[in-house]
Amino acid sequence: METNSSAISLRVNGETHALTVDNRTTLLDALREHLDLTGTKKGCDHGQCGACTVLLDGRRATACLQLAAAADGRTVTTIEGMADGDRLHPVQQAFLDFDGYQCGYCTPGQICSAIGVIEEHAAGWPSAVTADVRPEAGPPPLDADEIRERMSGNLCRCGAYVSIVRAVAEAAAQVAAGREAAGGQGSGAGGTRVTA
Amino acid sequence: MREFRYGRATGVAEAVALHAGNPEARFLGGGTNLVDLMKSGVESPELLIDVRGLPLDRIEVAGDGSLRIGATVTNSDLAAHPEVRRRYPALAQAVLAGASGQLRNMATVGGNLLQRTRCGYFYDTIQPCNKRRPGSGCPAVTGEHRNHAILGWSEHCVATHPSDMGVALAAFDAVVSVHTADGPAQLPLPDFYLPVGDTPHRETALPPGALITGVTLPPAPVAARSRYRKVRERASYAFANASIAAALDIRDGVVREVRLAFGAVASRPWRAGTAERTLTGGPATAEAFAAAADAELAAARPLTHNEYKVPLVRNLVVAMLTELAEEAAR
Ligand SMILES: Cc1cc2nc3c(=O)[nH]c(=O)nc-3n(C[C@H](O)[C@H](O)[C@H](O)COP(=O)(O)OP(=O)(O)OC[C@H]3O[C@@H](n4cnc5c(N)ncnc54)[C@H](O)[C@@H]3O)c2cc1C
Ligand code: SF4
Ligand code: FES
Ligand code: FES
Repeated sequence: METNSSAISLRVNGETHALTVDNRTTLLDALREHLDLTGTKKGCDHGQCGACTVLLDGRRATACLQLAAAADGRTVTTIEGMADGDRLHPVQQAFLDFDGYQCGYCTPGQICSAIGVIEEHAAGWPSAVTADVRPEAGPPPLDADEIRERMSGNLCRCGAYVSIVRAVAEAAAQVAAGREAAGGQGSGAGGTRVTA
Repeated sequence: MREFRYGRATGVAEAVALHAGNPEARFLGGGTNLVDLMKSGVESPELLIDVRGLPLDRIEVAGDGSLRIGATVTNSDLAAHPEVRRRYPALAQAVLAGASGQLRNMATVGGNLLQRTRCGYFYDTIQPCNKRRPGSGCPAVTGEHRNHAILGWSEHCVATHPSDMGVALAAFDAVVSVHTADGPAQLPLPDFYLPVGDTPHRETALPPGALITGVTLPPAPVAARSRYRKVRERASYAFANASIAAALDIRDGVVREVRLAFGAVASRPWRAGTAERTLTGGPATAEAFAAAADAELAAARPLTHNEYKVPLVRNLVVAMLTELAEEAAR
């Protein structure tokens, strides 16, 4: 605690990295500038656009407001870590199939966020548009309204929202089908990333 | 951004000890407000004490039926918790109405209570602002104040408290638990946030270096039928222009108990005690709801560009209580 930098260890996309960062470094800058993982984008740098969304210990987070020092010892999954070898993650595939982007700048954040959304929904989390949040009411269906609300932390200046909602709905259905086929339940929003 | 030291606290006493005597130290929760303020130059701490790892991340129902929420519980975990959703649905709704899924995964209960205003002058360090630089003036009173306070403000500051969560906590009589060098203490929410007066830079009654350890909600059967509604300039992911947390218990058309609190209208979550007293024991009709809202808003002093908030809050009161009354009748 005596200096203005920290020696940290980050597990990123399955690989452990030891690095020393100035305490002012955000996780976003550590990924982009120190680890050369430039898939995660910087839009606003103030938590307002979602371009920098990654999964932190399996949950979506805005990397621009996360200090790298405070992420020491934690697990990060970025867009570069979503595919399984050559096989794209179902959310990535759905963005391709449904044209969920135009310029593509917001897309890594959108995809990471959508993966988080699907996991949170599978864990039974309500949203601001869920009519009845009481647990007895059961989880809401992941319809277009729910997707729009849950994805509202990701802005798209190209306005590809209509296709993004379709892509997320399709991917969610596929992930759910994959889970059913595997006979398992969701790992819960606190668990690992969705794999289908 | 100024350089700073960073350390993690593993225990409550250690966290408080690390902070003691250092006015340039700050606790770090999720960082979603503090890191932003540091980037903007509004905050420039010399030491960050990360409290996210403290064992304050649980939500428990105590023996007396009250709900104890740890200070480092994330906003997401708070809103997803079955006992919160069952006993205080308006609290879950309020939390879900705030920020975005990403931010709620990071943000903590303690940090949410202490988040700073969204007044644009406060964020812009080249502007005067009594809250940021005491004595420098308040340009908002005659300037940009479309989303500023209508209740409880002074000419020294007209900023609002932006928390959604806090509005539901105010309605449900939350008590904040804190830990100082002298040991633990309790602060009911009305004592926690200070009146603006001529010291807008002093927002809470927390002693210097005090750690928030949690929030307790006393049992409130009325809260089981409660709701939160937020009006904002876009459908999601925006701060409120006005919001309301409401709970209602009626028997035979008579109001037995009612809870009302407003957001984005004052320097703190605004418990509408006058409206509650006006309604209790009286008829549960739209006229009575409107009269109660008017009684509360009689104290409102809108500025040139935020007059709209007075009818907005009035209409929110009538709409919410009418909905809750209809629901009770079903
Ligand atoms: C783009 C954006 C949109 C947002 N929209 C909304 C919204 O619509 N509604 C809403 O309510 N909020 C909104 N927020 C604010 C968000 O809710 C807060 O930033 C968050 O709750 C703060 O929690 P944190 O844990 O990240 O706090 P931090 O940023 O870590 O800390 C905030 C303050 O609290 C202090 N602190 C933290 N923990 C403790 C503790 N245990 N004891 C003592 N002091 C402590 C810190 O020192 C700091 O001064 C938004 C934020 C952003 C960036
Ligand atoms: S309203 Fe308060 S925060 Fe805004 S400029 Fe005036 S003193 Fe500063
Ligand atoms: S770059 Fe992080 S939210 Fe915009
Ligand atoms: S595709 Fe261009 S910003 Fe979203």
